Amino acid sequence: MPASDSMAPPVVEVRSLTKRFQGFTAVDNISFDIKKGEILGLLGPNGAGKTTTIHMLLGLITPTVGSIHMFGLDLAKHREAILQQVNFSSTYISMPFSLTVEENLKVIARLYGLKNIQQRINDIVKKLEMEEIRHKLTRKLSSGQMSRLTLAKALMTEPKVLFLDEPTASLDPDIVNKIKSFLKEYQRSEGLSILYTSHNMREMEEMSDRIIFLQRGKIVAEGTAPEIIQRYGQRDLEEVFLKLAREPNGP
Amino acid sequence: MSLGRILALLSRHMYLYKRSFARLLEIFYWPFLDLVVWGFITIYLERVGMSLHGAVSFFLGALILWDVLFRAQQGIAVSFLEEMWARNLMNLFASPLTVGEYLVATMTMSVLKVTAVGSLMMLFAWVFYSYDILQMGLSLVPFILNLVISGWIIGVLTTSIIMRFGQQAEVLAWGMVFLFQPISCVFYPIEVLPPVLQSIAWMVPPAHIFEGMRAVLTTGDLPVTHLLWATGLNFGFLVIIVAWFYHTFNICKDRGMLVRVGE
Repeated sequence: MPASDSMAPPVVEVRSLTKRFQGFTAVDNISFDIKKGEILGLLGPNGAGKTTTIHMLLGLITPTVGSIHMFGLDLAKHREAILQQVNFSSTYISMPFSLTVEENLKVIARLYGLKNIQQRINDIVKKLEMEEIRHKLTRKLSSGQMSRLTLAKALMTEPKVLFLDEPTASLDPDIVNKIKSFLKEYQRSEGLSILYTSHNMREMEEMSDRIIFLQRGKIVAEGTAPEIIQRYGQRDLEEVFLKLAREPNGP
Repeated sequence: MSLGRILALLSRHMYLYKRSFARLLEIFYWPFLDLVVWGFITIYLERVGMSLHGAVSFFLGALILWDVLFRAQQGIAVSFLEEMWARNLMNLFASPLTVGEYLVATMTMSVLKVTAVGSLMMLFAWVFYSYDILQMGLSLVPFILNLVISGWIIGVLTTSIIMRFGQQAEVLAWGMVFLFQPISCVFYPIEVLPPVLQSIAWMVPPAHIFEGMRAVLTTGDLPVTHLLWATGLNFGFLVIIVAWFYHTFNICKDRGMLVRVGE
């Protein structure tokens, strides 16, 4: 059940976004919107350009061509104002190992200029069931605990847009289930817009209101999961994924 | 420029220093060993009757000031390495933190480090060798300020190279400053250098500072010309190196290196 408002202007507008690295095109002329309260799934095989796209949306990689607007502002010109309202989490990032979980959250809270820091930390620690690890050194966290920490650092800043790059990769099913439930609930209650990548097709179907399929940097399919499945005449999203990913020159 | 974000970065390093044995070694152990070794060398030189007037002041004073430069540079370069090792650069630069705020925070960190190391070295020198660098009086203040700025310049240069070339360049955080040591004339007067190196040394701010320090020790007067040269060169190089850092940062963003640094 999409929580997005179809009449509202998009909070993220990406137009003709392209990234070339020395003769290799990682992202090739893609355009898409994310509406308020919408979860957009970004799907594609390894090297399809998903992570590069997220890095461009976070201002960590400069696009070769194209524009990114969030909240009606151009990211190239209003980086600070935009990033104040955006956050991200990924299995592939880490946080300073020599700091405790709580210290890391305090640093992030100060970076984003949050008020009532201790209260916010208490809230997020409780919501993500992190009480037992809040005074633990980050280097001693398991991968599941680290995922919860990066998610906590992202959600604590109360972003309006959240980028999640394979947030559940390499986690056990119990933690995946808890994280997914928490994210869905949080997204509905806060009207959060999310860009979500995952290699887990079932998770993608469950989580996303709409899906964009990327291959070799290009958008090759777009729509809701049932629309895409129907369009390609397959039984589920996994079969669509295999069909699209194995086509040598794209569909 | 947000003071809150600068303080956030500083707090991150303070948490680290609180429990990092390796970082505490940088402040206590190495400076102390430097001082012990150079102190004994100085005592030996005096005992064998070498006609070096004020050997203690020359060597221990120079050593303390050299450490100011070294630690100021390290304060910046090692702070960057800490972020790289922790794979924390993405968290920082995907936040509203600006490059300018990042630089100000690391420069402040280097001042804190210099203050800690400098104070301890002065104390050790006074306790173990009865040497009081403060006898140089107020002349010391502009020299130290200039050395800190020189340390920033070398630190920002080192950081930009590490950012551009990644882990293979991280050894520069400890080695880069020694490239400047021979032409900074820390322990000897500039006139001992060959003419070509003398010309280069006059373009290096620390050479003016150490030459000036020796002048204070031998004549007691503040060498204004050296001070002006050091200050002018420092500010010129600082502007150039900060512009260079911004340029390198943009190149790294363009080539996608910022998200890969440390991998």
